[in-house]
Parts: sequence; structure tokens; C-alpha cells
Amino acid sequence: MAKITYKHPNGTDTVVDVPSPNTVMRGAKINNIDGIEAQCGGSAQCGTCHVYVDEANTLPLPPMHESEDDVLYGTACPRRPNSRLSCQLPVTDEIDGLVVHLPEAQS
Amino acid sequence: MAGSPAPPAPPVSSVVIVGAGQAGADTAAALRGRGFSGRITLVGEEEALPYRRPPLSKGYLGGTVDAGDLELLPASSYADQGIDLVLGDRAARIDPEERSVVLDSGTRLSYDRLVLATGARPRRLPVPGADLDGVMTLRGLADAAALREALRGTLREGGHLLVVGGGFVGLELAATARGMGLEATVVEVGPRLMARALSPGMSEHLRAEHLRQGVRVLLRREVAALRGDASGHVRVAELDGGERVQADLVVFGVGVRPGAELAAAAGLEVGDGILVDRWLRTSDPAIHAIGDCARFPSARYGRQLRLESVQNASDQARCAAAAICGDPAPYEAVPWFWTEQYATRLQIAGITDGHDRAVTVGDPSGGRFSVLCFRGERLLGAESAGRPADHMIVRRLLAAGGAGLSPGEAARPGFDLKEYQGRSRQPA
Ligand SMILES: Cc1cc2nc3c(=O)[nH]c(=O)nc-3n(C[C@H](O)[C@H](O)[C@H](O)COP(=O)(O)OP(=O)(O)OC[C@H]3O[C@@H](n4cnc5c(N)ncnc54)[C@H](O)[C@@H]3O)c2cc1C
Ligand code: FES
Repeated sequence: MAKITYKHPNGTDTVVDVPSPNTVMRGAKINNIDGIEAQCGGSAQCGTCHVYVDEANTLPLPPMHESEDDVLYGTACPRRPNSRLSCQLPVTDEIDGLVVHLPEAQS
Repeated sequence: MAGSPAPPAPPVSSVVIVGAGQAGADTAAALRGRGFSGRITLVGEEEALPYRRPPLSKGYLGGTVDAGDLELLPASSYADQGIDLVLGDRAARIDPEERSVVLDSGTRLSYDRLVLATGARPRRLPVPGADLDGVMTLRGLADAAALREALRGTLREGGHLLVVGGGFVGLELAATARGMGLEATVVEVGPRLMARALSPGMSEHLRAEHLRQGVRVLLRREVAALRGDASGHVRVAELDGGERVQADLVVFGVGVRPGAELAAAAGLEVGDGILVDRWLRTSDPAIHAIGDCARFPSARYGRQLRLESVQNASDQARCAAAAICGDPAPYEAVPWFWTEQYATRLQIAGITDGHDRAVTVGDPSGGRFSVLCFRGERLLGAESAGRPADHMIVRRLLAAGGAGLSPGEAARPGFDLKEYQGRSRQPA
């Protein structure tokens, strides 16, 4: 279980408790947080679950696989150094307090 | 229809969605995501909670994915969001004058806006023996559960699978069956596999892969009849030339019929799908149609399209939800699609049908390459095997109109899309 903050482009926040096992993408979907589409259902193929991890983040996130890196070449909003696919971020106790920023668009 | 102005936006207090598949469930979520506070009723004839179909022919059949993993959302999410789910009931009739829908159970639901997201049903070829035991189709979870059992049973008995049709569902099924160790034959009437969706080059790559994996691929061949044993179970297929193929399990993967009956009976315009305008409105402006069942005019491709993909279902759901919330925009999303066969992950961006020039980039012999398809100087789309970055970059190029990259440039020796994007993307 982890508390996750999803920051919307309009400045509002949604804070939810997401049980494990889940991903940061799934946490947004089950709480109907607008701004995560996840068309491929979490198989790192669609790039519509793009998030920017908060710049001040110190929580341990898994390293990026090649396929995630590849998909981030074509997200609707520009890739930044803190870009991740939220379907590739498992929810564990270690990421309790994670803050992610939602991009303006996913597709 | 395409020239009519954007729809007016009278206040809407109740939305009924018929069909609780990808498009229907995404519409309900998108309405709430936009802050729609009226009543939403999502009606589905299947008993299961709305689920993702792509794994049905992949991980679910192979046994690596369970039914529970397919759910789009847990039941609690619908309750939390105030979405009334009516499952295991079918919309039997629409009364457009009264703006209501009558279900099989007799329930009558009235609407301000109706969204038809009825999907499609698999076709069966009308050949003798098509109704024998062991002859199946694959569309829903119930089909997939039965097929999963049948594949295991056939494997135990040392039987042989026959897939009729070389489209993506049949090919994924053949690949999964081979992965389980089953003998498999694919019979396709056309000259190549996935002919509607793929360029000849990529289609041939796929055929070579199936042959390498031990699938028998018979092109330009037709099944003339299926023959059963004394107990009425299919055992043999007779092909057009008289050849007989062992077939202890037969699956038709010969395309679908869009779910347009309900719309047609209500007097809406139909024709291989429910006809909609650029805002995805049917000929009755209070009724939208989206997903596999809808035929829409595409400005991007200059013709009418009916697409069968998660992307299309999901983006059309958002488009319809926006229109219902009084914020209409024409549907112009870039189409894309994926299929997985063996270790090959194939992604298609745009619609490559109708191209007159194909440029291959990457490493075809290593199975990681893309075919960029142009019509004249314009990029129509690309097919990428094991090249997700190419796929994603082409989606962005298409979103920007597809005019930037010329076939001449793509054909330059050493051309690389990642490098091209690095050069052409404006600094953020
Ligand atoms: C085996 C398989 C594999 C696939 N793999 C991929 C893939 O890899 N990638 C990809 O992009 N796409 C794939 N697709 C296609 C994708 O799943 C569909 O395009 C998508 O599901 C379409 O969504 P939809 O909501 O329009 O239709 P559906 O998901 O079919 O939903 C329609 C629903 O409406 C219900 N319904 C119909 N009529 C009524 C009625 N009168 N009353 C109540 N309910 C009704 C149906 O029972 C059904 O549940 C696959 C499809 C299949 C079958
Ligand atoms: S859900 Fe598709 S890439 Fe994450």
C-alpha cells in the first residue's frame, strides 16, 4: 500500500491510497483520475500512461527497461528526464508518498 | 453529414450506454472524468465486468493471464463513481421518439443521450459442417474459456488445430497453440496473411515466422466443408482443391459483423456498421455510436473507416463523452494497433492500406525493423516489429499531419527515426 499524489496540470491534486499489487497507472485508473488513459492495459506499448515523477523525489523507483525508454520517444507531451510510464511503476510500501505530475495530454 | 456544423449542446442529465465493452466502459469513465454529474447507465449483455479483449487470444489462452486480470476496473470503481452497471441484460429495442431503450428483462431506460458501443460478432463461414462440435469462434471471455479447454483437450489427444482465416486473431491463436505444443494449420483464402492491415513485406515476415515455428500456412486456399466423426465432432476439413486436412479443433477467424442490428431496427442509418458523422453522432443526433460498431468519416484518410482496435474504442469514447458534456470536437485520433505472435511484437501506426511506396528501416534479418508506408510524398503509417520507438515516433509524425518526412529521406542509407526526431523536434 502506498499513498500517491497525482498532480493535475490545472494545479489540483488527487491523493489516494493504492493497495499492492498494483501499478501507479492502475492506481489512477481505479480511482478514475482523468489524465491516464493506459490503452495497452499496462504492457508498455502505448505511451498513454506517461507521468513526470516529482523532481524532488527520493523514493526508490525501478530502473527503466529498454521498451519503456523506447515508448517514451513518442509520448504526446514532450519527454523530460523525469518522464516514466506509470504502468511500469509497481506500487510497494517503499514508494509511499510518491508524487507524480500528469501531462497535459496522453494522445 | 460530414459538412454539418458542430452539434449544439443542450444540458444532458441522463446517458445510457449500450454495450459494456472497451468503448462503453471508457465512455462512462470519461464522462465522470470530465465532471458529468448526471445519471450514467452502462448496459452489457455479458455477465462479466467490462474487460480487455486483447489478452484473450494471447496470454489468457496460453494460461499466463487469468480472467480477473482482464477487468478494466474493479466492481467498486463503478459504484464509487456512480455508474449504474446493468450486466447480463441485453438492449432489445430503442425508441428514438421517446428516447428510451427497452432491455430483454423488460426494464425501460430513458435517456437524453444514448451511446451505442455494441462491438462486433465473429462471422462463421457457411460451409457444410460449420455447426459440428469443435468448431468455434473467439470474441468474448466465454468463447476464450471454452477454447482454452478445447485447446488443452486437443493437445492431450494429440489432435490438430485448424485456423480458418489469416487475420490477427487467428494468427495469435495459432501462435499460442504452437507455444502449447499443438499442431496447427492456417488456411487463408487471400494471397497473404493480414492482407488488409499489413504491407506485403511485413506480411511475408510474419508468414516466415509461422513457418519457422512449425505452423502450416496455406494461402489462396478455401475450406469447402468440415466433416465430423460418428459423435458429431469435427475431424477433417476438405479444401477447395480436394485436399483433406486433419482438424480436431476448428476456429473461424474470418472477420466480424458489426453490431448494427439494434440501430438498424430503430431506423438509424447503417451500412457495414452504424454510420456516424465526424462527431460520432448517428443520423439521430441524440445517439452516438463508437468503437467496432461505428463507421465514421476520416478527414486524415479521406474516406469512411470502421476500425477494430482498443485505441479506436478508447479514443472514440473520450470524443463522445466530450460532445455529451458540451465540448464537441471532431474525431481525428491517429489510429494504431498491436498484435503479438511468438516473440514478435508488431505495432501498426496509421493505416498503411493504399500506400504506393514502402521503405524498410532497421534490421529485417534480425526481426527488428519498420516498414514506412507512403502515398506519394505523404506518410500514411508504419508497421514496426520489435521497434517500439519507431512506432511511437511515427504516431507523432502522423499527429502532425504526416507531411514532414519524405520517402526519399527515409530511404537514405543509415536513416534512423530516433535520430530524425532528435533533429526535427523543436526544443521544448
Ligand atoms: C481475441 C481478440 C484479440 C484482440 N487483440 C487486440 C489487440 O491486440 N490490439 C488491439 O488494439 N485490439 C485488439 N482487439 C480488438 C479490440 O478488443 C476491440 O477493437 C475492442 O474491444 C472494441 O471495443 P468495443 O467496445 O467497440 O466492442 P467490444 O469490446 O466487443 O464490446 C461490445 C460489448 O457490447 C455488448 N453488446 C452488444 N450488443 C448489445 C446489446 N444489444 N445489449 C447489451 N450489450 C450488447 C457485447 O456483448 C460486448 O460486451 C482484439 C479483439 C479480440 C476479439
Ligand atoms: S499503459 Fe500502455 S504504456 Fe503504460
